This record gives sequence, C-alpha cells and structure tokens, in this order.
Amino acid sequence: MKRSKTMELGVGLFMLAGILGLLFLGMRVSGMAFTTPDDTFRLEANFANIGSLKPRARVTMAGVTVGRVTAIELDTDWYDARVVLELNGELEGELSRDTTAAILTAGLLGEQYIGLTVGGDPDTLADGDTIRDTQSAMVLEELIQQFVSNMVSD
Amino acid sequence: MFDNFFDGRLEMTDSPFVVVEGLHFARGEKDIFRGVELQIPRGKITAILGPSGTGKTTLLKLIGGQLVPDAGRVTIEGEDVHALSRKALFRLRRRMGMLFQSGALFSDLSVFENVAFPLRVHTDLPEAMIRDVVLMKLEAVGLRGARELMPSELSGGMARRVALARAIALDPELILYDEPFVGQDPISKGVLVQLIKRLNDALGLTAIVVSHDIKETLSIADYVYVISDGRVMAHGTPDSLDVDEDPRVSQFVHGEPDGPVPFHYPASDFFSDILNMEKRP
Amino acid sequence: MIGRIVILGRRGCEVLEALGRAGQFLAQSAVGVPSREGWYLWLRQVHFVGVLSLAIVLVSGLFIGMVLALQGYTLLVDFGAEQALGQMVALSLLRELSPVVAALLFAGRAGSALTAEIGLMKATEQLTSMEMIGVDPLRRIVAPRLWAGFVALPVLTIGFSVVGIYGGYLVGVEWLGVFEGSYWSNMQSSVDFIGDVGNGMVKSLVFALVVTWIAVFQGYDLVPTSEGISRATTRTVVYSSLAVLGLDFVLTALMFGGFS
Repeated sequence: MKRSKTMELGVGLFMLAGILGLLFLGMRVSGMAFTTPDDTFRLEANFANIGSLKPRARVTMAGVTVGRVTAIELDTDWYDARVVLELNGELEGELSRDTTAAILTAGLLGEQYIGLTVGGDPDTLADGDTIRDTQSAMVLEELIQQFVSNMVSD
Repeated sequence: MFDNFFDGRLEMTDSPFVVVEGLHFARGEKDIFRGVELQIPRGKITAILGPSGTGKTTLLKLIGGQLVPDAGRVTIEGEDVHALSRKALFRLRRRMGMLFQSGALFSDLSVFENVAFPLRVHTDLPEAMIRDVVLMKLEAVGLRGARELMPSELSGGMARRVALARAIALDPELILYDEPFVGQDPISKGVLVQLIKRLNDALGLTAIVVSHDIKETLSIADYVYVISDGRVMAHGTPDSLDVDEDPRVSQFVHGEPDGPVPFHYPASDFFSDILNMEKRP
Repeated sequence: MIGRIVILGRRGCEVLEALGRAGQFLAQSAVGVPSREGWYLWLRQVHFVGVLSLAIVLVSGLFIGMVLALQGYTLLVDFGAEQALGQMVALSLLRELSPVVAALLFAGRAGSALTAEIGLMKATEQLTSMEMIGVDPLRRIVAPRLWAGFVALPVLTIGFSVVGIYGGYLVGVEWLGVFEGSYWSNMQSSVDFIGDVGNGMVKSLVFALVVTWIAVFQGYDLVPTSEGISRATTRTVVYSSLAVLGLDFVLTALMFGGFS
C-alpha cells in the first residue's frame, strides 16, 4: 500500500496536539503542578453549621490559600459537622493551639471557604489535632430572623 | 497399482466440481429457489441462464457461502460450503475467484494495488515477485499500461477486466462470473467473451457464468442450465437447447417478447379497466 | 386496535433484532488483530476522521467559548462576580459543551461520511468481493474506522476545550476587561483535573464509541441503493445526536449528580 508522508505527519501532529492540549488543561486550567506538595498535614475542626461548604473548598489565612477541605462528615457524638482540612506542610507546628477557623463567604452569594486566624498560645497544633475555636457559617435566614426580632424588640 | 492411480485420477476429473442439491431459498415472503439441482463439471464453462429477477446473483452468493440456504446443500469438491467454520470458509474462498457485475474494484486503491490485494493478504511473496505476478495478470487482460490509474478513471469494460485480473490473481480453481456482459458495448463484450474462453482454456479453470446475454454466453459455454421460477427449467449443451421444444425455453433462448413469460404485468382486462370510472383514484 | 398492537410488537421485535445485529457487529469488528497493515489502515482513518475534522471543531470551539464569555459576563456582572468568568467558561466547556458539541460535530462531519463510504462500498459490491477474496471486511474496513473514531474524538474534544477557553479569554479579558489574573486563578481553583477534565474525557470516549459504532453499523447494514445510502446517512446523524444527548444526561447524572 502506498504510504503518504504528509498524511503520517498530519496524524502525528494531531496526536501531539492532543497531548499538548491535555497538558494545557492540566496545568493552566486545573492548576495542577507536577510538584504536588506531598508534605501536607491534616487538622480537624467541628462546626455547629457548615452552611454550604463543600469538599475541595479553599482554606485561607489572611486571604492566602493554604490548603483545602478534604472531607466533611457528621460527628455523631456532638451532632455537629466535622471538617477535615489538609494544609501545606510548612505550616505544621506553626499554628497556635487557639487558632480560630471561620466559614466565610466570597462576596454576597459566592462560594464558602474557611478562614484561619492564629492566636497567641505558645503551644502549636500538630498533625491530626482539632481546632477548638470555630465560627459557623453565616446563614442568611438566621441573620434575617435576628434582624427582625431586633426590630420588634426596639 | 497403476490401474488404481488412473482410476483415482479419472474419478477425480470426472466428478463434478460443484454440486448443488435441493436448494431452497426465500427472501422475505418471496421464494427465490425451490429445489435447484446443479452439477458443475470440472474444467468446463457452465452457463446459468435465466430472465432478470430469477436470483442468479443470489445463486452465486449461495455457492460462495455468503448467503445460507433455507434447505439443501452446496458442496465444492465434497466440502459442504455452509457447514464450514468462518475460517475454513475464508480458506475455501481463496480457491475461488468471483467477477462482480459492477467490477467491485476497491475505490481507494489503484489498479495495480487492486490486483495485488489478494496476493498481499494471502501470500508472503516479496514485493518484486508480487509486481511480476500483477503485471502478468494485467498483461493477460491487456491493461498493463493502466496500472497507475484509479478505478474511477476506468471505463466500465476496463474496470471489469481489472476485476477479472484480480479474480485470477491467486490462480483460483473455480471462477464465478456474475453478469460479465451486462451494460457493455459490443467491442468490450467481444473482448470479455474471448478473455473468459482463453483463461478457461489456458488455466483449466472451472467457470460458472451467470448471465442473460444469451448469444455471448452460448458461444463460450460447454453446458447450460436455464433457471426460471426458482427451478432448473432446462439443461443441456448449447446446441441441444437451441432446438428445445419447450415453449418457455425457446422463448428465452430466442428472445421472443411474448410467450409463456408474459409481456404484461398481471392486470385486469384492459377494456374494463379503461371504462371503469369508479376505480379511478 | 389489535392490528396496531401487532404493528407495535413487530416494530419492537425489529428494533431488538437490529440492536442484536449491531452488538454482534461491534463484537466481531472490535477484536481486529493489530498488524502492520492494520496499523497503517488505522492511521489513514485517523487522518480522515480526525485531522480533517479539526478545522470545523476548532472554529466551533472558538466561537462557543467566545459566546459563553459574552453571555456569562452580562449575567455575572449583575452580581459583581465577573471575576468568576474563567471558572464558568472552563467548567461549562469541560464538563458539558466540549464532549457534547464535539461529538455532534463529529457525527455530522465524520460519522455521516463513514456511513456513506461504507454504504457505497456495499452498494458497489466492494465488501462482497472482499469477502470472496477471503478477507473479512469487518476487520479490514470496519475495525480501523471504529478504532480511529474512538481515538480521534477525544483528541478533538481536547482541542475544542483548549480553543474554547482561549476564546473565552479573548472576549472576557481582552475585550470586556475582566482582570486576567482572576480569569485564570478562579479557573484553576475551581477546575479539578480528575473530576472535570477526566470526567469530560470519559464522556468523550463513550460518545466516540457510540457515534462511530452507529456510523459504521448504519453503513454496513443499509439497503445498498442510492436511496438506502441517503437514508442511512440521515439515520446516522439523527441516531448519534440523540444517543449523545441522552447518554450525556445519564453520564452527567452518574458523574456530577451526587449518586456516588
């Protein structure tokens, strides 16, 4: 059978373009780096109400993303939500024991994320520890209810 | 010992190459064959004649094992075609060549590659030898000079000759011709008639020619079967058919327009049809 | 009334029979033994269904990305959330639009051509003569086309996404003035490689198999007349479009519907 170099070249370039495109989707679009920080550590935090927090939500500190939410489950001892956080390894042993975790909202209707604020305790949190001081998600209905009841009592 | 040897050989050459027994085949509601019996002698040209629409092409497909009959058997050298496994059937088909009505050349391959195709898939011949064989076969059909052309650049007659070269590329023992003369001008008809005859004489092929071109077919056939209404209506040598008394045979062989095979499609009486106003749509 | 039920039953049997034939056909042709020759046949088909479909797919991808950015911007700007434009464009492309639209274009551009090509081969007895030569047309003709489609469509889908995201960038950032950094960083923080790109690819692989399967089967199974070919070509486009959209719903429900 007659072979055509241009055709073979075309198919080769086509496949190459596919691989490059996939790389683009991986690196530029989903922000995957090849040096995924293997050195992460886990913290847990219990919230009375997580609102609409989802797994893979950002964990920030002073607005800088320092980790992600990896799991959310119901804690059947306390009947509140246990959220597992995965944080950059460089923070291990740096966060004080009285660090607070708050569920914040990006913009008025944006996605929810966790903001961490360090305290002043000299003891620090280690892998697997639990953050005690948490602040639940702001739920719009509760806010309105509070607002209305304040109005009535005034 | 020699007696035995010769007996065996005689036995082999005399037994028919292809035997069709009690063949029944229906397509949907329509019966196409109702008990066809054929014996195709070895090394001869056997013609199968019949009006259009009698399923002659279907018969070739049944012989080639592409269709399965409802009843009856087709045996080629004692092998029941329809009892073979798919693999064995493909092996058997390497010993057959078939010339299709349209030529059926592979439209994405050149003339040379079309003829080389069976050699490439069934043999491990080196490229130089494939080239020699292909040129030999193309020379036999007089188209060695057209080897670089694509099938779309060929005339109908040339396409059929290339297809013939492809059909004989593997030196088959049996070759099936499906309407080889249909739609050809007189010159290419003559060329094809000669080619079929010459190939048969030179290579000792067993050939089955299915056709309704009576004149050309009778001029080369050694034995003729006439098929009509799903049965073999008559068979014999071309000369014996020419003087056959049966009105249906003589109508077909001599090409008379009206006779036992009516000119008119079945209809009610012409006058009553014309006068009958109510039935008009 | 009973007559109608009989007709319904007969139709049902015919559909089942056709499905059975199609399944058998897929099983027989998918197991083609790869050989040097087969590899080359496959390459030629990738060129035909893939490289030659590239232009239409990329141009469509560019326009769809641009339209998405334009529409998304006017919607998001009301909430002051226009920096989420990149995320919106990327997610809608990766999860839905690229696999689906690329598959629909592929069915129209390559699928119909495959049906017509195989149908014409059948009508001109090329398939029969190949069988008589002792070569199985399922392996020689159908298998390379099936596998070529299976590989080509996912690659086309990747191209569609890349070009679409770039089109969204052109309109959103270059024209409407969304901050470039937030276009990419919002995208990166919300797109998950496995969950979004990966699932989109899985969809695309499924669509590729279904569309090429329908196309080659319709070509192989058609009535070999000019009318039969035109009908089968139409059927290829209609059936593959319906199959793609229907399967898309099922796959989306499985992947993103929270049934896991």
